[in-house]
Amino acid sequence: MALLEIRNLHAAVEGEEILRGIDLTLDTGEVHAIMGPNGSGKSTLAKVIAGDAGYEVTQGEVLVDGVDILELEPEERARAGVFMGFQYPVEIPGVSNTYFLKAAANAIRKHRGEPEVDAMQFLKHVRERMELVQMDESLLKRPVNEGFSGGEKKRNEIFHMAVLEPRLAILDETDSGLDIDALRTVAHGVNSLRSDERGFLLITHYQRLLNYIVPDKVHVMVQGRIVKSGDKQLAVELEESGYALFEEGAAA
Amino acid sequence: MSASNETIERLTRRGYEYGFVTDIEQEYAPAGLNEDIVRFISAKKEEPEWMLEWRLEAYRGWLEMSHPNWQKVRVPPIDFQAISYYAAPKKRPGSLDEVDPKLLETYEKLGIPMHEREALAGVERPAGERPDVAVDAVFDSVSVGTTYQGKLMEQGIIFCSMSEAVRDHPELVKKYLGTVVPRKDNFFAALNSAVFSDGSFVYIPKGVKCPMELSTYFRINAGHTGQFERTLIIAEEGASVSYLEGCTAPMRDENQLHAAVVELVALDDAEIKYSTVQNWYPGDENGVGGILNFVTKRGLCAGKRSKISWTQVETGSAITWKYPSCVLKGDDSVGEFYSVAVTRNRQQADTGTKMIHMGKNTKSTIVAKGISAGEADQTYRGLVRVNPTASGARNYSQCDSMLIGDKCGAHTFPYIDIQHPSAQVEHEATTSKISDEQMFYCTQRGIGAEEAVSLIVNGFCKDVFRTLPMEFAVEAQKLLEVTLEDSVG
Repeated sequence: MALLEIRNLHAAVEGEEILRGIDLTLDTGEVHAIMGPNGSGKSTLAKVIAGDAGYEVTQGEVLVDGVDILELEPEERARAGVFMGFQYPVEIPGVSNTYFLKAAANAIRKHRGEPEVDAMQFLKHVRERMELVQMDESLLKRPVNEGFSGGEKKRNEIFHMAVLEPRLAILDETDSGLDIDALRTVAHGVNSLRSDERGFLLITHYQRLLNYIVPDKVHVMVQGRIVKSGDKQLAVELEESGYALFEEGAAA
Repeated sequence: MSASNETIERLTRRGYEYGFVTDIEQEYAPAGLNEDIVRFISAKKEEPEWMLEWRLEAYRGWLEMSHPNWQKVRVPPIDFQAISYYAAPKKRPGSLDEVDPKLLETYEKLGIPMHEREALAGVERPAGERPDVAVDAVFDSVSVGTTYQGKLMEQGIIFCSMSEAVRDHPELVKKYLGTVVPRKDNFFAALNSAVFSDGSFVYIPKGVKCPMELSTYFRINAGHTGQFERTLIIAEEGASVSYLEGCTAPMRDENQLHAAVVELVALDDAEIKYSTVQNWYPGDENGVGGILNFVTKRGLCAGKRSKISWTQVETGSAITWKYPSCVLKGDDSVGEFYSVAVTRNRQQADTGTKMIHMGKNTKSTIVAKGISAGEADQTYRGLVRVNPTASGARNYSQCDSMLIGDKCGAHTFPYIDIQHPSAQVEHEATTSKISDEQMFYCTQRGIGAEEAVSLIVNGFCKDVFRTLPMEFAVEAQKLLEVTLEDSVG
């Protein structure tokens, strides 16, 4: 059974159709990249899978481990192992990063029928994971994303993922706005978490992330459809030819 | 309506946990207010003549005054002749051991410890257990018991009901009562001065740091009555005390009046920390019933380097009208006001503080957080005054409002009156909402919608909660959760 299976997914925002029939299958252990020009619907796909109420699914199915998740609340999807790294992580003033993560970890554990995390053990786990993304320890005590630089916010997303250990991680343009060092760090974080138990869907505008995180498959998305799929070589070709070729194809 | 809005709506509509009535035989003053009623109350309390005269003078003053109308709340007409001004359980206990079990049960239900713990030498308290708190329990018009009085007295600390203080420490009561809030200060203070029943009296002698938290729990039980308690706290030179008060009442269709007066006096180098968790019955979702809370609280930093700190968490009452204030008379004295006020359904609150700078180099801090949900309306009203004598005065004010849903209101009225050129006064204000993005971010991490709201609101209130005594902060957070459960809209 595939980890993620998307069948003929259509979604609209305020009556305007953004996703126009997406089909995609991702197995555990795989990393897929979705590339495409601005406005092609990449981020919409991520948010629809995660359950953002701002989007209306008009048709199709999204199965995670064989279960259709489209009727589930966002928190239920998260507890089932779906994680989304946000393109623009929001600030939560007054709530410390650690406290927030503990609330999240406990909610997930409760769902699985496990007892709450031991405070000391959790802190140890958090510190280990922090090293993966080389995050400054002071960011643990600071309120979630408040006053974080752009790069810190992105690292923090990878850090959340590393702490919560999801089945399926969807990273929405985690590479945008990062300098080369930060990009390497983020890539290192993702690569360390690659495993047979987990799958990744990377949403990116640029090929450069894929120099550091080598995908198993690359999909090109244009105007709400996947117009071409291939291996990592496809990303390199795209970098040279641009999206224009596909845009004409999609319009036809 | 978005998904998060629905959750918020559900969260703020939840019921009131302390709405039960204790079935106990009580005696009442006949309804109405006149000089005979004032005499009746004074006689019930077996007060000396001077106390009765003090009350009568206040009553005569009250007759000349009228209900204030500057606040931004719609107050239903209050028939002062329909209220009974005295209600007390018939059986009067001689000591803690003789308190009616029904009363003890009431306080147990409210989670208030009315038993003194045996102090065992060398035995550590199990981790997580609350530290000892001395409690004065006020039930309608009378104090039904005060714990740890003996232990506190060993250090010269007086902690008793106001009735006992009038009887046993008349010189202190005479010296301080009405010195911070004069009898004719305002309409409700005058009413209280005429008919006040029990409240707590605290006296911390020179140089003594009070070894435990002192607290008073006010419970309104009887119908058709009001509660008019009076609290007086005096900290002598170099003394310090942390005092907490909590308030609850049964659910009723009628409005009940609560008009209290609290006076604090801090002498040189003394420190008083006064924390309130106010959870009076707020009325139902249609605005029927609930406590009308008209309270005058004021602290006098009489001495040099003295400090008075007010922290309030206001979640109850149909109407709240309350401005805990500091008069900074002593040079280098410090006043603080930290407030979280939550209004939901049809609740209305007009609350804030006054910081009156008189001494040199006096400092004040105001942090007010208002959360409004449902169709509630909330106003912050604050005055910062720097008198011509107050050179080097400093004030920092921060007023933040959070709106939940689109039918509530938040208003800020800061009054600033500066009469010395060296004053430094800062005022910051913000208004925010719980955004759909914040809700989605939390839920995407697995946190349920209800928990997400309380997480975000708690974060919003953090600056105030951290000023509460530890065990109270936990209580306040829980109270907020319960209050907001059903409120996400």
